[in-house]
Amino acid sequence: MTKIHLTVDGGAVSEDVEPRMLLVQFLREKLGKTGTLIGCDTSNCGACTVHLDGRAVKSCNVLAVQADGGEVTTIEGLAATYDGGELHPVQAAFHECHALQCGFCTPGMIMRSVDLLNENPDPTEDEIREGLEGNLCRCTGYHNIVRAVQTAAAAGKGEEQ
Amino acid sequence: MIPAAFDYAAPTTVDEALALLAEHGEDAKLIAGGQSLLPVLRLRLNAPEFVIDLGRIDALRGVRDDGGALVVGAMTTHATVATDPLIAQHAALVSKAVRTVADAQVRNRGTFGGALAHADPAGDVGAPALALGAQFVIAEQGGGRRTVDAGDFFVDLFETAIGEDELLTEIRIPKHTGWGAHYEKFVRIAQQWSIVAVAATVRAEGGTIAEARVALTNMGATPLRATAVEELLRGRPATEDAIRDAVSSVADGTSPPADLNGDADYRRHLARVLTRRAVLTAATG
Ligand SMILES: Cc1cc2nc3c(=O)[nH]c(=O)nc-3n(C[C@H](O)[C@H](O)[C@H](O)COP(=O)(O)OP(=O)(O)OC[C@H]3O[C@@H](n4cnc5c(N)ncnc54)[C@H](O)[C@@H]3O)c2cc1C
Ligand code: FES
Ligand code: FES
Repeated sequence: MTKIHLTVDGGAVSEDVEPRMLLVQFLREKLGKTGTLIGCDTSNCGACTVHLDGRAVKSCNVLAVQADGGEVTTIEGLAATYDGGELHPVQAAFHECHALQCGFCTPGMIMRSVDLLNENPDPTEDEIREGLEGNLCRCTGYHNIVRAVQTAAAAGKGEEQ
Repeated sequence: MIPAAFDYAAPTTVDEALALLAEHGEDAKLIAGGQSLLPVLRLRLNAPEFVIDLGRIDALRGVRDDGGALVVGAMTTHATVATDPLIAQHAALVSKAVRTVADAQVRNRGTFGGALAHADPAGDVGAPALALGAQFVIAEQGGGRRTVDAGDFFVDLFETAIGEDELLTEIRIPKHTGWGAHYEKFVRIAQQWSIVAVAATVRAEGGTIAEARVALTNMGATPLRATAVEELLRGRPATEDAIRDAVSSVADGTSPPADLNGDADYRRHLARVLTRRAVLTAATG
């Protein structure tokens, strides 16, 4: 067992973990944060995407011990990082644009979309599609997801003015 | 699936990491970004007893200017390499190739040195490093460092010149300031490993190719430098026809893999087409 100390969704956490424990398991099984999903065994699908020190990562492909000392934000803590309301603007845009059907990909899609907009606040449609290449959706055909990211980008611009 | 149990240490210096490698011998495995290693451990294709995390060794991170070369720390992430202004200016081929690696999440964790040490023949960082004549700095037991040329670094499938008790510390990339560059990667779906890809960088003078460097991804067990084609390109006009003619032999003598994505002949065909496109784009922007 190795003791790790990190911040998850704004709260300090200290736990003993087996070194082989994946960050996604840690979040779901140790902390009960089941909003972060596991969709594959190969690190392809992106359903498990969270932010580690401000950048989107696939939490099924990071060891919990590698996140020691770090700051993790999951879909469950995303709204609280934004002080404008109950939902983060990207969450609100996914709702508004009907950017989901079964919803399994949605937490990961939203976490990556937030990272994408942090990097590039005004992306083109191609940049959005390419920027989301690590997140698979089996339901929507992606069009409404792209629209949601465009909508959130436009809302973000409105805010800056 | 989750990995088999292992013990773990996160040293903060290269010397400590070397000592752990010496102590645990072949039971030990280094982890950099983990983006290739963790999938392997999760599928239980490998089960090391001891994992040594390089992620806490700050000295292995970052890009610096060393006169004629750029020095990239082995633990510098793909995301940093892809957006680093020094690399964009002096080794544009590397920036362009790294942007095609995997997806944004994997690039945020995966490292330049980890990908080179992993030496997947379909990986996208080996060919640009080879084309630019990169040098690999390897830390040896006892505190010494040796430097290996790109031509000697890639030994075979997933095999490099790094010994079992050694580690890669930095990659020196000779500056190619002002050279045009292009990485032409052929895939069928988003976020795929290269079926074939070609790395090309060209110094053009007027409309003429003064010098060219070309290397191929996934046309054999290691990245391949196309030196004969580089010679044929020298002095040619930077036009599609002239380049097509000069690169027609690029696949001669190669033994590309055959798999569901294509047989060997198809890959040879791809290599010719992609080399023409890569060189033309590198020469004309
Ligand atoms: C979904 C997915 C898609 C991908 N697609 C691509 C792609 O299209 N193109 C591509 O090029 N790559 C791709 N990759 C791989 C990615 O580039 C990895 O980042 C890279 O292969 C390994 O880097 P890493 O830092 O994660 O190394 P790790 O996975 O930590 O290590 C890889 C290997 O190298 C060894 N090692 C690491 N660092 C050192 C060192 N400093 N010295 C000695 N040995 C060392 C480790 O022991 C291990 O054996 C993909 C990965 C995933 C998960
Ligand atoms: S569960 Fe992590 S990428 Fe699929
Ligand atoms: S909404 Fe079902 S997988 Fe995307």
